[in-house]
Parts: sequence; C-alpha cells; structure tokens
Amino acid sequence: MTQQFYVSPEQLMKDRADFARKGIARGRSVVVISCRDGIALVAENPSPSLHKIGEIYDKIAFAAVGKYNEFESLRQAGVRYADVRGYSYDREDVTARGLASVYAQSLGAVFTAEQKPFEVELAVAEVAPIQEADHLYRLTFDGSIADEHGFIVMGGQADKVSEAVAAGWQGELDFAGAIRLALAGLVADKETTTLPASALEVAVLDRGSESSRGTRRAFRRLEDADIVALLAEEK
Amino acid sequence: MQETTANRVAANATSSFTEHLQRERPDLMPFGQVLVNQLPATGYAAHSASPLQAPHGTTIVAMTYAGGVLMAGDRRATMGNVIASRHIEKVFPADQYSVLGIAGTAGIALDITRLFQVELEHYEKIEGTLLSLDGKANRLGAMVRGNLPMAMQGLAVVPLFAGFDRPAGFGRLFSYDVTGGRYEEQEHHAVGSGSMFARGALKKLWRPGLSEQDAVAVAVEALYDAADDDSATGGPDPVRQLWPVVYVVNRTGAVRVPDRDLAAVAGRIIESRAVAQREA
Repeated sequence: MTQQFYVSPEQLMKDRADFARKGIARGRSVVVISCRDGIALVAENPSPSLHKIGEIYDKIAFAAVGKYNEFESLRQAGVRYADVRGYSYDREDVTARGLASVYAQSLGAVFTAEQKPFEVELAVAEVAPIQEADHLYRLTFDGSIADEHGFIVMGGQADKVSEAVAAGWQGELDFAGAIRLALAGLVADKETTTLPASALEVAVLDRGSESSRGTRRAFRRLEDADIVALLAEEK
Repeated sequence: MQETTANRVAANATSSFTEHLQRERPDLMPFGQVLVNQLPATGYAAHSASPLQAPHGTTIVAMTYAGGVLMAGDRRATMGNVIASRHIEKVFPADQYSVLGIAGTAGIALDITRLFQVELEHYEKIEGTLLSLDGKANRLGAMVRGNLPMAMQGLAVVPLFAGFDRPAGFGRLFSYDVTGGRYEEQEHHAVGSGSMFARGALKKLWRPGLSEQDAVAVAVEALYDAADDDSATGGPDPVRQLWPVVYVVNRTGAVRVPDRDLAAVAGRIIESRAVAQREA
C-alpha cells in the first residue's frame, strides 16, 4: 500500500485559498453603495434572469460574485433562515448581523471540511432609517467577515473598481448618483466608458419604503427602462 | 431508485415555506398537533364533551366589482356567549395582489394567515416571480386541510380568499370547506356565523359592474345586516369609533380603505335606517 504524501495544514489552506481566489477573479464585479436614499446594488450581469443580487428580507439584500450554483444555494439558505426566524420570532428580529454570521459559519465550515471551498464572495446589506446605521457585511470564501463602511466592491477587478468608487463616494449621493458612481467603477478596467442597461443588474434598498411605497419590503429591482431613466437624469 | 446526489438535491429543493417548516421545525406549524390527547385523561377534560373554549372570528363578506374585488370583516370575536374582542381584525393582505379573511377559531386562523403570508413571500423570493392566483388559492386549500385534525376537535378555520388575477385582468373569489375543498365563487360570498344574513343582504344590494365606492357601501351594509341578526357579529361602533376592516384589490394592488371613509359610509347607513323607522 502506498503511503499518502504529507501536506502541512498551512500549505493545504493556502492551496484552497488560491483555488477559490482564482475562481472569483474570473467573474465580473458587483458594487454595493450606501447612499442618502438607501443602498444601491449594481452588478455587471448580462443575464436578465440569473441574478447576482437578491432580496433576503424586509430590509436585507444579498449580492454575490463567483460560482452561480454555489451562491444561489447560499441565497436560498439565507431566505429560509430569515423567513423561519421572522415567522418564529418577529419580522424585526431578522437582522443582517445574524444572517452574516450564519453565512460566515457555513463558508468557514465548507472551507475547512469539504473537498473544495466555495468560490464565492458575498455581501449582506441592511438598510436603516438613517444612513449611519446601515450595515454592509462582506464575506469571503473562507468564512472571514468584515463590517464595511460606505461601499463594498467584490469580484474580478475589485482593486481597480474599488479605487474608482472610493474616489467618488460620499454619503450625500442619491440613487442616480450612486448608480452612476458604481457604473464608473465597473468600467474602470475596460476600454469603453459606459455599459448598456441590458448588461447591468441594479436593485435598491429604499430607505423610506414605508412612506414612499407603503411596504416594509425595501428591496426593489430596477427594470432596464428605470436604469436608463436614472442614468439620463441631470448630473 | 438509486439515491444519487442529483435526486437528493431535487427532492430537497422546495419553494414552499410550509414544506420547509414541516421538515425542519414542525413544532412551529400552527396545525397538525393533536390537542385533546395531550390533556390529562382525568379531571375536567375527561368528562366534558364540550370542545376547548377559544375566541372565534365571525363574519367576512367579499364581492367582485368593476376592476377588482373587495373583502370586509366585522370587528368582533366571541367566546361562547361572551365578546372576546371588539377590535379584532380578520381581513389581511396575503401579498400585493390578494387578501384573505378568516372565520373560525381566531388563534389558529391568525397563525395560518401569518404562515400563508410568509409562504407567498418566500415563494416570490426563492423563485423571483409571483405565484399565480390559482396557485395561491391551492396553497391555502392545502393549509386548511392540514388543519383538519384540529377542526375535528372543534377548532375549525374557514378562510375566504380574494385576489386580482393579473393575466386575466379581473378579481376572483375563493371559498373553502374544512377539508380544504376550494370553490371559486361568482359575484359575492360570505363566511362565518353571520354569513346567512350577510348573503341575504348581498343578494339584494350587489349588482354587476359596481363602482369601488358603491362596493364598499354594499359590504358595510351587508355586515350591518349580519350584525343586526347575529349576536356574534359586531356592527359599526360610533361610540368607540370602530369600523369594519375593508380591503379593495385591483390592478394596482391591495389597499385598505381608510377609517374616515368607512365612518362616512357607516354613518349614512345608520342614518337611512333611522329615517326609515322600520322595525326589521
């Protein structure tokens, strides 16, 4: 019988992390920006039906980059977690912090125990009545969790995109401004200076959904026509 | 059949919150639990044939009108001959385009309503699209059937479901029996203890192509008639400023009719009855 080669835990984890990073770097980027009107989530995504951005609960949205089947299963697990929690306690007891920590635990468990780590990076965003109380959590493939301020950029060319967004970010932005800023970031590594609405997936968490639309569900997906109209607004 | 990963994944993939709850947290389900067998066999429960006393919701009326559908419920809950609540609400939005009203054991009915609301929202979030109106009506039927063991112990729940069918472009109305049987109703319907009287009124007052305003007035008047003859149904209460709960559902969604409109409608009905000076 042949003896198995010894691989040090350090090397094993490093290999797994490299593998996951490579998978994520192939994908297109997603930008999540907290602004005056709420939180804008913008992804470069040519598919009109396979979403990278989704609603989790009343005030909570989800965005991801990486392998579709992996982050989709995480999104569905998040919706189940939130719905069970809201049903058994109360709707206001569902928080982004609780959800993010469940995600961190699952990602961590998969990273150490499974054959292959998840090639995904997630953002969990929760909108609050005031901007200072917004929550943006970034989760990586190994289960690390970070509490971000202002905006999150994930995916392929995250560094370049992040630079461009950081240069233009300010709390006073409205949705149109935030989406324009995200767009400027997404094209930072490209030859073109603009992306057509059909290549974008945009959703928002409305800060004032109760007063403006009479619903506690703050998540709203924007149609192509809405995106075009928002981008056409005077700067 | 061989248990493959693909089979297992497919079997576990459900868009139904109820199924998920049944599988993972059956203790949270509002029904499916046997109450009587858990009570001690001696003492009061053993030689009392009367079912558990619990608040009951009473009358719900619903009708179609030009451009949508409307549902209204009175505000009284009764426990035997006692008024358990004067301001209970028995009509709820199920999702953006549908409403449901509940008659029967209030505690279980409220939980089934909550479960149904989560069920519809859960499907919408998982699938990224709304369930069809027939799909919603069938899911509610399954829930009522799930409650059958408790209905046999006297804790029945009978809902009335109404929604706007967006592809068809009109409002539709569904009633249920305790076994979960689903029946589509034409024109109008009522459930609960005062429903006999409310339906009599609806037959005389409802006409095809009612405007939304007229439909609200017809609903309040039908409830008024039910309250007149059924002690378990509460009428408009000008002293406490309590009016029925009325929802209208049309192409733009479900909206609750504001109290100030209902106060005006109820005021007109009370006035016209006083002027007529009739006994019955």
